[in-house]
Amino acid sequence: MKKLLTIIGGVFISLIIVSGVFAAKLLLINGAGATFPYPIYSKWFYEYAKIDETVNFNYQSIGSGGGIRQISEKTVDFGATDGPMTDEQLQKAGAEIFHLPMVAGAVVLTYNLQEVSNSRSSLRFSPDVVADIFLGKIKKWNDGRIAQDNPGVNLPDKKIVVVHRSDGSGTTFIFVDYLSEISGAWKSKVGKGTSVDWPVGLGGKGNEGVTGLVKQTPGSIGYVELSYAVKNKLPYGDIKNIAGNFITPSLESTTKALDAKVDTMPSDFRVSLVNPSGKDAYPIAGLTWILVYKKQNDKAKGEKIVKFLNWAVTDGQKYAADLLYAPLPNSLITKIQNKISEIQVK
Amino acid sequence: MKRSKLTDFIFQKVSAVFALSAVAFAILILFIITKEAFPAIKNFGFPFLFNTRWDPVKENFGALTFIWGTIVSSLLALIIAVPISLGTAIYLSELAPSKIRQPLSFLIELLAAIPSVIYGLWGIFVLVPLLRETIQPFFAKYFGFLPFFQGDIYGVGMMAAGIILSIMIIPTIASVSRDIFMAVPHSQREAALALGATRWETIKLAVLKFSKNGVMGAVILGLGRALGETMAVTMLIGNRPEISLSLFAPAATMSSVIANEFTEATSDLYVSTLMEIGLILFGLTLFLNIIARFLVWSTTNKASFGK
Repeated sequence: MKKLLTIIGGVFISLIIVSGVFAAKLLLINGAGATFPYPIYSKWFYEYAKIDETVNFNYQSIGSGGGIRQISEKTVDFGATDGPMTDEQLQKAGAEIFHLPMVAGAVVLTYNLQEVSNSRSSLRFSPDVVADIFLGKIKKWNDGRIAQDNPGVNLPDKKIVVVHRSDGSGTTFIFVDYLSEISGAWKSKVGKGTSVDWPVGLGGKGNEGVTGLVKQTPGSIGYVELSYAVKNKLPYGDIKNIAGNFITPSLESTTKALDAKVDTMPSDFRVSLVNPSGKDAYPIAGLTWILVYKKQNDKAKGEKIVKFLNWAVTDGQKYAADLLYAPLPNSLITKIQNKISEIQVK
Repeated sequence: MKRSKLTDFIFQKVSAVFALSAVAFAILILFIITKEAFPAIKNFGFPFLFNTRWDPVKENFGALTFIWGTIVSSLLALIIAVPISLGTAIYLSELAPSKIRQPLSFLIELLAAIPSVIYGLWGIFVLVPLLRETIQPFFAKYFGFLPFFQGDIYGVGMMAAGIILSIMIIPTIASVSRDIFMAVPHSQREAALALGATRWETIKLAVLKFSKNGVMGAVILGLGRALGETMAVTMLIGNRPEISLSLFAPAATMSSVIANEFTEATSDLYVSTLMEIGLILFGLTLFLNIIARFLVWSTTNKASFGK
């Protein structure tokens, strides 16, 4: 009996010592939000743990809506979103929240058209054609307006089946933001948001749901993240930009879109990247942001967050391309760093 | 002596706490959902139930398309599942040789243990192409005069959702019905046989008639599962909030819209509206479950009288 007690006592004491050591060593910083940047954030937290061993970032990818709600209620130390907070939401939060761009992504049009994928690498789309396909006005693949953009391509007499995301998502936001920008009819009839009232089409849950439906349905067209399309080797279309060039979606053409917007970017970074003016810029792109309060009330946490953010927009950017996110251009990084320096740690 | 009384007392109280905590959870959930749904209830009022629009951008929300999708997909599942389940249950309780009875029951119950996402995947890769290439064109060709089999063929849609749901609820209905048939006293069957009834007449007169209410209960339990099923349905129904008579057309259900849109719902009214949809679904399933319990209870009571 006595022996048993000694053993139990010993275990307890060593537990206390061990946990004490860990408590002194690790500062836990909680974040929650968008699912789109989750792979790069995980990579950053993993790499950053090697640089600063005293801090541990914990990120829950619960969706942009959840990220905004949780940072507004101050249940997390930072939030993350793919669509900027509205003025109303910012006001409700009570204290000033900064939007800090982390990386950019692009949304591509993917399609299932056996006849075409054999003959040529990718289809070309003008903005008005994209809008009218998703408005249900262009119903067949051999429509004259699609043919006009694709001379020499033998387009089949097949019904177009539109596929969209059924779940609310930042990907949808970027895509309908683009459609609202280029089409007055879309803007007045449907508008933009993480979920919208789609005029036509089938809904698939997540990038994988849309991909599944597109792969399964001959004659279908849908939209997915560039990274997802590349990883899964899906065919995707070139889109005509403002300058009139057909641009193949890629990390470079996405960064070009960012580049084109830097000069006119508002100081709070709540900007849409769609339809930029650069001649090589891909027009359906978007930013993803980390949300932090300007006034950090917890000194220890605030300092760590500032350090991490500075690292993420500089050294951290080199991990972006591998994970198929477009890194931020240098011109923008300086602006973001200035913003980070405005964070007040008390 | 005193000590054993004390332990009895403690045991009784502790188990009472456990029993009540389950009830308390249900009430708490109902309370929280109602509280969260209140802004939407106040904003949209009663017409919410009959509005067919679902526009998150303009915040014009209505539940009718989802109620329709939920009820129709579940009814379709019942139409397919009930005959199959009852046939299975009759075979297992009355006709099957005792050697295969056990393994067969086990296999059917195993169906209930397959996660719904697996059913969804199977649906996407096997059922949907089959429907699109073979089954739906067949229906369109020979039964196309009926409004149920008209319109564009996608594969995904109400029919796919109904079929997958029927497979998911067969084990529930079959195994509960089998238990109910087994509960029919042997004296009933023997009486029928003694009067010169054939096998089928015995089953019809002694077994089925006796367990009518209980089977009703089993069916409603299955319906309860179909109403609440989320993942497989979301993957196969096409997620289009629209009311169409055609079984080829895509639709959406209450549980699928909650699963789809809750995480990215940013405005308070939007979240609250989804909560209200949840409340409607909660009410519907609760109502059906109470009926089911009542029916099952009334049959089992009768059975114990027979003994």
